Amino acid sequence: MLELTQVTRSFGATVAVQPTDLSVRPGATTVLIGPSGCGKSTLLRLMIYIIRPDGGSVRFEGTEFSADDVLRLRHRMGYVIQDGGLFPHLSASDNVALLARHLGWDETRVTARIDALADLTRFPTDCFDRFPVQLSGGQRQRVSLMRALMLDPDVLLLDEPLGSLDPIVRSDLQQDLRDIFRTLNKTVVLVTHDMAEAGFFGDVIVLMREGRIVQQGTLSQLINEPADNFVERFIRAQPTALHVLEAES
Amino acid sequence: MIPLILLLMAVAIVDAEPVRVGSKSFTESVILGEIIARLAQDTGAQSEHRREFGGTRVLWNALLRGDLDIYPEYTGTIAQEILAGKDVAAGEDGLRAGVEAEGLRMGRPLGFNNTYAIGMREEIADSLGIRTISDLKAHADLVFGFSNEFMDRGDGWPSLRDAYHLPHTDVRGLQHDLAYRALESNDIHAMDLYSTDAEIEYYGLRVLVDDLEHFPTYHAVLVYRPDLETRAPHVVAAFSRLQGAIDSGTMSGMNKRAKVDRVSESRIAADFLDSAFDVSSAVVEITVVDRLLRRTSEHLTLVVLSLVAAILIAVPLGILAARHERLGQLILGIAGVIQTIPALALLVFMIPIVGTQEPPAICALFLYSLLPIVRNTYTGLTDIPHHMRESAEALGLPPGVRLRLVELPLASRSILAGIKTSAVINVGFATLGAFIGAGGYGQPILTGLRLDDMSLILQGAVPAAVLALLVQGLFDVSERILVPRGLRLDPVD
Repeated sequence: MLELTQVTRSFGATVAVQPTDLSVRPGATTVLIGPSGCGKSTLLRLMIYIIRPDGGSVRFEGTEFSADDVLRLRHRMGYVIQDGGLFPHLSASDNVALLARHLGWDETRVTARIDALADLTRFPTDCFDRFPVQLSGGQRQRVSLMRALMLDPDVLLLDEPLGSLDPIVRSDLQQDLRDIFRTLNKTVVLVTHDMAEAGFFGDVIVLMREGRIVQQGTLSQLINEPADNFVERFIRAQPTALHVLEAES
Repeated sequence: MIPLILLLMAVAIVDAEPVRVGSKSFTESVILGEIIARLAQDTGAQSEHRREFGGTRVLWNALLRGDLDIYPEYTGTIAQEILAGKDVAAGEDGLRAGVEAEGLRMGRPLGFNNTYAIGMREEIADSLGIRTISDLKAHADLVFGFSNEFMDRGDGWPSLRDAYHLPHTDVRGLQHDLAYRALESNDIHAMDLYSTDAEIEYYGLRVLVDDLEHFPTYHAVLVYRPDLETRAPHVVAAFSRLQGAIDSGTMSGMNKRAKVDRVSESRIAADFLDSAFDVSSAVVEITVVDRLLRRTSEHLTLVVLSLVAAILIAVPLGILAARHERLGQLILGIAGVIQTIPALALLVFMIPIVGTQEPPAICALFLYSLLPIVRNTYTGLTDIPHHMRESAEALGLPPGVRLRLVELPLASRSILAGIKTSAVINVGFATLGAFIGAGGYGQPILTGLRLDDMSLILQGAVPAAVLALLVQGLFDVSERILVPRGLRLDPVD
């Protein structure tokens, strides 16, 4: 599926990702987690090639990303960021349909697909014509998910998709997201800094620190067989972090 | 047979081309230009008078380039400005040879000499028996009031005093218009003036004879292109009737009718031709509305053409600047430097490159329009939030499509604001086009300044201000159409 081999990336003097290998398991949800600045978001962006690696290779189903293939490969991936990244000048449905229309889909097909996706993501159809500023945070994330799913991609990449939502909306959407992932049986890579969320979604949890993968495995493996002190401390610190987060929002 | 037909056709075409008459941006020149144009028409030729075409350099260069066929000039100006530094023999024939060496022709003097002169009130001069400048010597107690320029000039007061051995000590420097009033109230007794000033007749002044010929002569002459002689010999022959036909008194009388009595130059020229040569010509007084419409269309032509060209060039430049950082700094830098060139200087720079009238004005306005549009396009594109650009890229849209479907719409408000700034600035700057014969609202402002006529100045300034407001309003409306609705809404929460 997605194969990262010895990828590295620096921004100026800061090394964001040390030489890293990662093989994303097809059909499963992989969660990238770690403290801020650990390189998890950079790793996610390397997977869709909006950040290019300094060294190493990124392969998608055996094809290495290159200038010639990048658009074609991206069409088989869906990408969702914190707060949606919706285009403010386009209505909800136009945001969702943008790529399909560019690729020449006819309107009947576009409409049918959007209706199906609205059903799947539980997005109210009477909000199709609204612009992003007229939608709630949760609705924006649902539109963003619809946009990512429009071409029925093989992989979904999500960067802190629930990051800016208030707790109630967050827990609703969290549940819906997991249901969708299971229904579609897609390969998912999700970035979060929240251990509870990682445990909720992750078939595989990849814990990162300072540009390296420290440990990968299931939640119980991380709890019961921590690779080192850092893993233990990170997991133990999280319940508190969770409370703090909720108190803040 | 065929060559003959072609020849006849060529003659017909050449003959159909109008005689293009120019005049400088002051009353006397406009009146002379009008006389020339009407005299040409009397011979059956077509003529057009491009009035207030510009200053000496603008007119001379337009004549050299062939944008004009003829205009009235002064021998002093030819000697001291146009042919300055060239080896020209003294006297009228020397000048004529000098002008011919430049590839142009100079006619015989029209009669009057518009030079510096000393003037006194007629009754005082009469009572003291003063007729010439030399006569002043005997009246050392007279008070002189001279313009500051005259106090400083090489041929001004110091050399005049030395040449005539004038004993006067009470000499005051004062502003020219005030000097006429000071003369009227007897605060001063003599002042400097131009020998054909409109005020000479109005204030009843006597122009003292320059008996030692101290002041350089500024005889009015016609300068024209040699091809006019072959193209329209009968017209050139008609012009020769003007030789010696206009004396200083006649000229200053005509100047007075224009400046003091506010009679149109066309009417004055027609009256002169009627009385001097029994040539009658129709004077069509253009209504204020017609004139306003014509100026509006001239003004809009300047603004619209320059703005459209600027949009077509500046938006792509702004996109380029946003894409390549170092090239961007260079582009913004150059556009910024252009903006610092003074408007009049830029207009004059343009003349040797693109000629006179509309083209240089449009070019200059185009150059001034670049910076606001380039800068706002650049800013609009670079201000798009990083995550927005990333989302478009992650979708798998090619760069050109991202630009068209996402980035330009997101930058549309900023780009439109830049175009609006340029448009409003252009409406104002375009008034300067009148300095190089491009017409527009600047024309009445220029004429108003020349005639000291506030109502004429307002005829240009008010429409220009109204047009600027209209343009502003038009852009506010177009913002509703061109800026996507999603960018104009307020957030719900």
